Amino acid sequence: MPIISRISFCILLLCTSYANCQPRMEEIKGGYYIPLYGRDSLKVQIPDFNMDVYPVTNQEFVLFTIQNPKWRRTNLIRLFADKSYLINWETDSTIGDKQSLKSPVTNISWFAANAYCECQGKRLPTVDEWEYVAMANQTQADARTISTFNEYILSWYEKPKTFNNEIGSTFKNYWNVYDLHGLVWEWTSDFNSVLISGESRKDVDNDSNLFCGSAAVGATDLMNYAAFMRYAIRGSLKAKFTLKNLGFRCVKNIENK
Amino acid sequence: MIIRRKTKKLKILLISSILITTIMSCNNEKVIDAKDISVSGTMEAELTAPPNVPKPIGDRKAKKLLVNMEILEQEGTMTDGTTYMYWTFGGTVPGSFIRTRIGDEVEFTLSNHPDNKLPHNIDLHAVTGPGGGATSSFVAPGHEKTFSFKTLNPGLYVYHCATAPVGMHIANGMYGLILVEPEGGLPKVDKEYYIMQGDFYTKGVNGEPGLQAFDMKKAVDENADYVVFNGKVGALTGDNAITANVGETVRLYVGNGGPNLTSSFHVIGEIFDNVHIEGGSLLNKNVQTTSIPAGGAAIVDFKVDVPGTLILVDHAIFRAFNKGALGMLKVKGNEEKQLYSGVMQEGIYNPEGATLQEMPDDGKETVVVQTGEKSLAEKIASGKSLYNKTCFACHQANGEGIPNAFPPLANSDYLNADVKRAISIIVNGKSGEIEVNGKTYNSVMTKQTLTDTEVADVLTYVYNTWGNNKTNVKVSTVQEVKSQH
Repeated sequence: MPIISRISFCILLLCTSYANCQPRMEEIKGGYYIPLYGRDSLKVQIPDFNMDVYPVTNQEFVLFTIQNPKWRRTNLIRLFADKSYLINWETDSTIGDKQSLKSPVTNISWFAANAYCECQGKRLPTVDEWEYVAMANQTQADARTISTFNEYILSWYEKPKTFNNEIGSTFKNYWNVYDLHGLVWEWTSDFNSVLISGESRKDVDNDSNLFCGSAAVGATDLMNYAAFMRYAIRGSLKAKFTLKNLGFRCVKNIENK
Repeated sequence: MIIRRKTKKLKILLISSILITTIMSCNNEKVIDAKDISVSGTMEAELTAPPNVPKPIGDRKAKKLLVNMEILEQEGTMTDGTTYMYWTFGGTVPGSFIRTRIGDEVEFTLSNHPDNKLPHNIDLHAVTGPGGGATSSFVAPGHEKTFSFKTLNPGLYVYHCATAPVGMHIANGMYGLILVEPEGGLPKVDKEYYIMQGDFYTKGVNGEPGLQAFDMKKAVDENADYVVFNGKVGALTGDNAITANVGETVRLYVGNGGPNLTSSFHVIGEIFDNVHIEGGSLLNKNVQTTSIPAGGAAIVDFKVDVPGTLILVDHAIFRAFNKGALGMLKVKGNEEKQLYSGVMQEGIYNPEGATLQEMPDDGKETVVVQTGEKSLAEKIASGKSLYNKTCFACHQANGEGIPNAFPPLANSDYLNADVKRAISIIVNGKSGEIEVNGKTYNSVMTKQTLTDTEVADVLTYVYNTWGNNKTNVKVSTVQEVKSQH
């Protein structure tokens, strides 16, 4: 077992070069905010960081698999992804005929997403970072109390097959970042740090986790419902899982500013 | 924990003793603790879509029962012209009916279709265990989970999704029924059906066409746009009505998924001979209306003695007539004049459809601005949808009407004789005797609050269907008739 984990560690770190044309990133100005599970006393501090403007696309991931054969479907060690990894791709490095190169890459495991970002010299965002940027609508950094914004997010859950849409097809938010809502779910580095047991009513009483579900359950504002669903999907995941509706994007620390 | 287990044991003992005194008293069988019933053999459970139920268990021994259920998020019809994104167990609302017997070991596999967006789980009220299985069945899209449980208590139980936000998952249709039959099965009946009520909350008001999104605010306020049986308006009416023959016994497994509203379940023109109150072991007899809480169920049975159409309603009656909670049980056979004379009453307690109704008057409506006239085909299409929402409950699906109560619209001499009179009846209502195709009718038709365009559309549809004289009713004619008053 220790050997296997050491090997896997090496694999994660070993990646050959990265794409020449780095995708555009936008600077996110950090700050304090109260996440869904938070209380007044539990504000989270977010430092400044850069975030990819779009989720990683099929095209970008095709390039990645060409440069890094071990992340091709046929080569992949089963430990790192379940059997639906890139399942809709035609071959190891060509997408399916119903897919678009400009669509977000999905059916990606956490391991694959994590490795991709590392190869770019980046990393996956934390849940807190992701949620912080995702609070914004077109004009405001925190639009969580605006009902139309929340209705927009909720309405996505009712639109089938949005994973086939192309990046940039939703709105540009306050931070000039696209597609946080309305395209696909996105991996975060610590997706399972906020635990939902799967029995949400139990979570209501469950103070041991960072989860104050009772506030959300009792709330009448729509924001909590939308966020609740994101935490629910994260809670249902394991790092090797791959989902048709789940992609990712990367972030990067800002150094020595 | 030990204390809890003891209480559980006590509960089981208590239930066992209730079992002895109620269910088993008739056949004097020795009752053993459900936990100790041993299973022999494995079988795959038969799952059925509503309104059907699987075969009775009869005297089958307890087995290991394999249940495979798939979760599908899919668009479906709420009412004519209106669709909704349903979340379903097995592709239907309510979900597939599961039929077990006491002592079965159910091995339950829940699969979440890869196209789905959300994680789901299942809480079966028939399960003794944490979350009713919800904790063990929480499953991401494109994955499956298996857990097992032993059925310890006989009865009819609701199952539902319990993933956050729970209310939304239930409001989108994630509920169904699981039956645990007692040893030897429930008494035999001729017909069995599966009906489940649910309330729906849509962005648009009742009847607004197109794909309607879930409305969180209305759900929280418990302000339902639709209250329906089996997931949609008309799931149990017209061609979808359930059927029986005179003299047969009918058992209905009735559940209420909620999420909010309690059902006052009633069958117009019938009295329940037996009701398993709340789906449990207590029997009540000769019941008119039985209360079914959200997340609860009832088993009702009755013998149908006379032919005709029995109307199933939530007797919180506006839900039935205006929000969709209405079904039909069509009984065929010979008249029993001694039991029921056959004369029908006036139309007060008959389904009127979702359109707002007013009693007839000589109201002076102001004239609405004329809009561009639609093509004949457009008018007929729109008229058909309107007819199915507003008119069909009385005048029936093919315009045949109901003898002695509601005059036919098909091949109708009365209708074809005078277009303006027809318009006036829709706009102003009508009561008193009229003669149609040689038969006299004396009923009430309520005034329909339709727009001028809608009146023109629905009449054009009626005139161009079922052998009528193909009049194309103009909006201007409707306005002319209105202004005459």
